Amino acid sequence: MKNMSMRDALRAALHEEMLRDETVFVMGEEVGRWQGTHRVTRGLYDEFGARRVRDTPISEMAIAGAAVGAAMAGLRPVAELMTINFAFLSLDAMVNHAAKIHYMFNGQFKVPLVYRAATGWGNQATATHSHSPEPIFAHFPGMFLGVPSNAYDAKGMLKTAIRDDNPVLFTEVIALYPKPSPIPDEEYLIPIGQGDIKRPGTDVTIVTYGRGVEWSLDAAGILAKEGVEAEVVDVRWLRPLDLPLILSSFKKTNRCVVVEESLPMYSFGSEIAAQLQEAAFDYMDAPIKRVHAMDLPLPYARTIELMALPNAQKVVDAVREVL
Amino acid sequence: MATKTETLSKETLLTWYEEMVLIRKFEEMCRYLYFDEPDKKRRITGVYLHLASGHEAVHLGAVKALTADDHVITAYRDHGIGLARGVRADLLMAEMMGKRTGVSGGKGGSMHLAWRPVNFWGGYAIVGGHLPLATGIALKVRYMNEPNAVLCFLGDGASNNGYFHEALNMAAVWDLPVVWLVENNLVGMGTRIEDSTGQPELVKRAIAYGIKEGPRVDGQDVIKVYEAVKEALDHARAHGPVLMEALTYRFEGHGVSDKQFDARDDLKHELEQWRTRDPLVVFKALLDKRYKDLDDDYARIEADTDKTVQDAVEFAVNSPEPGYEDLIANVYVDSDLVHGDPLKL
Repeated sequence: MKNMSMRDALRAALHEEMLRDETVFVMGEEVGRWQGTHRVTRGLYDEFGARRVRDTPISEMAIAGAAVGAAMAGLRPVAELMTINFAFLSLDAMVNHAAKIHYMFNGQFKVPLVYRAATGWGNQATATHSHSPEPIFAHFPGMFLGVPSNAYDAKGMLKTAIRDDNPVLFTEVIALYPKPSPIPDEEYLIPIGQGDIKRPGTDVTIVTYGRGVEWSLDAAGILAKEGVEAEVVDVRWLRPLDLPLILSSFKKTNRCVVVEESLPMYSFGSEIAAQLQEAAFDYMDAPIKRVHAMDLPLPYARTIELMALPNAQKVVDAVREVL
Repeated sequence: MATKTETLSKETLLTWYEEMVLIRKFEEMCRYLYFDEPDKKRRITGVYLHLASGHEAVHLGAVKALTADDHVITAYRDHGIGLARGVRADLLMAEMMGKRTGVSGGKGGSMHLAWRPVNFWGGYAIVGGHLPLATGIALKVRYMNEPNAVLCFLGDGASNNGYFHEALNMAAVWDLPVVWLVENNLVGMGTRIEDSTGQPELVKRAIAYGIKEGPRVDGQDVIKVYEAVKEALDHARAHGPVLMEALTYRFEGHGVSDKQFDARDDLKHELEQWRTRDPLVVFKALLDKRYKDLDDDYARIEADTDKTVQDAVEFAVNSPEPGYEDLIANVYVDSDLVHGDPLKL
């Protein structure tokens, strides 16, 4: 057991899977000689060489599409899109090809690839570089989507994503890259679609993922001093969604707040609220509250950027409204 | 080196001619089943149907240049390429009719034909979208140090979206064994090449990517297409990508329901001119020049291809419709690594 940052845990996952399976390779902008924009691929080029750590042109459509072709043909690409902001350029290849080819040709081809992309806001990155658009990508059947909330989950989830025969979009919250958690020496995998109770509680269920887990745990700490025990459910995967886990918590607490870094319209929060009212209407003691970024593009100036974004205090306020 | 036409045997050429006739008859039958078939149970009902009539020499000549282990991928005008690659006509016709026995189980339709056993990687319906897939397939070939090449058909219209640029550039940077074969029929859907393309001589774009500028081959002549593509594939295997064109013409609308020739007198005239260079006419003239007394062969070919198409239709008509189990199959690959059932219906 040793402490590792999420960045190092992700690198360890890539390293282990590349050693394990020669068909696993990394491709993307600046993943090789530059050592990775976020240093997740640091050292891999030196160890594995240009064949398996492939620097690409700035070509998001081709990165996404070539990964599909290589995966169909039998390789296991881990294609990095640097940041999710650039994945809008890749949307067609992801949605129309990565996600649909297995179905559209009735199982003749598999597409065992992973798209990795950094995600999230912060540091005054401004409107075009401050997206958390995971719900858009999770909308389409055929492609899984995982967002780890800590280093331990990141390692186990990425290894599973690489080994699975389905396409996976794996987004990594930039603010979490430096944060450490204890990582066992022995190998472990975290199943795709399995959520996790990050804090048990009896009074309210907070459903969240990614950066929202940190805010929710901070909020739960504040609430505990007031005698309120919040249960924090980290879904970890937006697709497939661990609805049974969410439901079992909600049927116990009868109250729910959904926390996400993303925007409110047609969102993760909307989806969870809809699912809960359909599946557990009789268990509902209060309206479901949503905590999210404000419904506008993010500005540059620090003061108003922070105003627009969720935080632990906003989670505390939302919980108080449903008690 | 490319195999020269002299080395192609009479038997081979007659087989190719038969396959070309089959493609034309298959397309004409599709047209009939779409518009004219009175029995509703025998119709092709899908809205999209893009016929290959006029392009047969490109499809057949290029595919014949492939080895069995080479790869081929294309856009949505894919029936002829599937037939040329040896996919059974009845399985293709069943896909047209949305039957469970179709190559894609009735879930892909006319635009999404594929047959994995012959490395036919499919038809794709987003213009340009399959180009990076070809790059990726070629990457696997290079990665595994295999001796094969990838043939990627694309329309002239596909040369103007971003996929073209990105996929060709990436394949160039990595020296991948791809032949980019533009089926240049002078029109992207309804917009003429001179109205859409700054440099209508598309092979010149090879310069921009530092790749081999291939020929602009006569796309109505199956032998010329075959020889040029074979040479290009050899180059691709040894040295990396080639961009080439086959100059051809679409005898039908973009989709079968388009009435472009009814609306425009200038196009009607152009069509008439191109019909004098119908790939079947050109091929037959070549055969007649080279061999005597082929009437019996032609008669047999006519009868055999008619029967193949008719059998394909009957197979398709008599095949079962897909059901609920088919509807929900293959959304995801079954996996022990997935918690619970990812299919929430």
